[in-house]
Amino acid sequence: MSASLDKGINALKEQVDSSVAAFFSSCTHCGMCADACLFYTETGCPTATPITKVEPLRRIWKSEYTLLGRIGKMFGLNKKVDDELLTKWEKRVYDNCTLCGRCSMVCPVGNDIALMIRKTREGMAAAGHAPEGLIGATKRAVTIGSPMGVKLPALMAQINHVEKDTGLKVPLDVEGAEYMLLLSSMEIMNFPEFIEAIAKIFTKAGVSWTISTEAFEATNSGIQIGVSDIAAELVQRIVDAAEKLKVKTVISPECGHAYMAIRWDGPNLIGKPFNFKVRHILEILDEFRKDGRLKITGKEEQRLTYHDPCQISRRGGVIEQPRNLINMFSNNFVEMPDTGKMNWCCGAGGGVSTNERADKVRLKVFQRKKDQLDEIKPDAIVSACSNCRIHLEDGLEEYNMDIPLMSLTETLAEHLAD
Amino acid sequence: MSEIEFLNWVRGPGFQIAIIIFVAGVIIRFAEILLLGRKPNLAEAKGSEMSSGLRTIITRSIPDKGTFQRSMFTVVAGYIFHLGLFITIFLFAPHILMFKDIFGFGWPSLPTPVVDAMAIVTIIALFAVLIHRMRNTVLKFISTKEDYIVWLVTILPLITGYIAFHRIGMTAPTLLAIHILSVELLLIMFPFTKLMHTFTIVMSRWYGGAISGYRGVKS
Repeated sequence: MSASLDKGINALKEQVDSSVAAFFSSCTHCGMCADACLFYTETGCPTATPITKVEPLRRIWKSEYTLLGRIGKMFGLNKKVDDELLTKWEKRVYDNCTLCGRCSMVCPVGNDIALMIRKTREGMAAAGHAPEGLIGATKRAVTIGSPMGVKLPALMAQINHVEKDTGLKVPLDVEGAEYMLLLSSMEIMNFPEFIEAIAKIFTKAGVSWTISTEAFEATNSGIQIGVSDIAAELVQRIVDAAEKLKVKTVISPECGHAYMAIRWDGPNLIGKPFNFKVRHILEILDEFRKDGRLKITGKEEQRLTYHDPCQISRRGGVIEQPRNLINMFSNNFVEMPDTGKMNWCCGAGGGVSTNERADKVRLKVFQRKKDQLDEIKPDAIVSACSNCRIHLEDGLEEYNMDIPLMSLTETLAEHLAD
Repeated sequence: MSEIEFLNWVRGPGFQIAIIIFVAGVIIRFAEILLLGRKPNLAEAKGSEMSSGLRTIITRSIPDKGTFQRSMFTVVAGYIFHLGLFITIFLFAPHILMFKDIFGFGWPSLPTPVVDAMAIVTIIALFAVLIHRMRNTVLKFISTKEDYIVWLVTILPLITGYIAFHRIGMTAPTLLAIHILSVELLLIMFPFTKLMHTFTIVMSRWYGGAISGYRGVKS
């Protein structure tokens, strides 16, 4: 990734389309996006105001794509995009934004500010102004195949454990399987119980599934750092494997941005529609529920709540499925105040958790989640994103809160009837 | 130039120039935006872009409960001055006569005392918005010169109109000429400032709603 200011400016130019131009034309500087952003509400710092994060992109739009701006450019009157600006903006764009998209739901003129920030990152990264942590993760994703450096032998070792523990088979590289499961590195390393849960549920449901040894990594650092070329390369690996195995559906695991990357950005990144479906694991489980393939035993009486991962709920559209599923095994499900598409981010998505420089601020803004939890005092939290899960655990520890975290898929598997 | 000549110029050629700049400017701005185009979405859709976009054009007018509580001043003051501007511009009997002259048709007006009171309410709301902008941490930080210029050209026609209606200080023709001149300033500034959101809000809300709706999220 050789980077330069010129490349950054060109990347920003490429990001401007009619939606971006309409968004910039409509912004009235009302400031309501700040009230929707946990990086502002919890720090009181006005530089966290979402719409100001896109200033580099705004300058390019103004000077290249508006009449007044072009006249201003001829006379050298426009504010420039230079390395000084991008250096100043790096922390705003990467450390103080999780691309959660809550601002986009609140903006009174309808601006998708999160999309604009995502687009701004394309320019920042091309100009060499991305955080070290994300650059490292992206390099590992390209060269090793995983942002955390997880290789096939590590996965095989976990699969062996699962097979020994459960006596079930984890099918690898099965041609013609209905479902191909992707995994996040975090699931492989920290939560192998997820693989076990899938093996149990899919065996019980009687469906054919497989994991590809050539493309099992679901995460995509390319969309977090904002380098579409790399994001496309990572998507293409999955597409190649899915086509080779001729699967009908690719399943995105409990990971927020992985779903965004493969389900919504994927075909646009590689420039052609997929010839297979992509579904989130919760969508698949909810389909099993509807088809009567899930037999559940025993209900949880403890007070459960659900943390909506931003990229799965607000940005992904998987909102009612987790609720349907939780109600299968819970008698005591409570919603947080501000829930579903209006839920507050945990504070560590969009590459923030990969960026060590942002460690302090991500724990500070966790106060928002703490306030939400304090209002309903749940006995346990269910979620469906390993990144949320790890950060929620971090945050709960930081704020001395003793609330266990549960994966929805894993909890469901525990309640399967024999 | 006598005051009648001044009024005639402002009403005649002056107004025509302002309208031409306004209309041409708005067309140019629309073209600038729409000609950029947008790549088709290749991901399998979960909802309709068109209906979700249209839906958001309406629904985004009402904030959700949490947002209303957090941004109450902006929402309430914003509603008051937008409504006030609509009433004073479009439901004031003398204005409707002028529109009838231009378009060939008119519409019912509100009683003049109501419009008069609304003008005062709107002026107060706009001053409240200005003070908020100058004192609120976020607004102070994000505001640019344009925000203050736009505020000024928006409130000027209200103030000059109020003074002209009540004939305060000067003769009626001069007061009316000043009022019309302030409107012409607003019209000329309109296409090249954030005042354009009056029209582009339809596009931005549509795009925002379409992007969410495509993924099955009602925004």
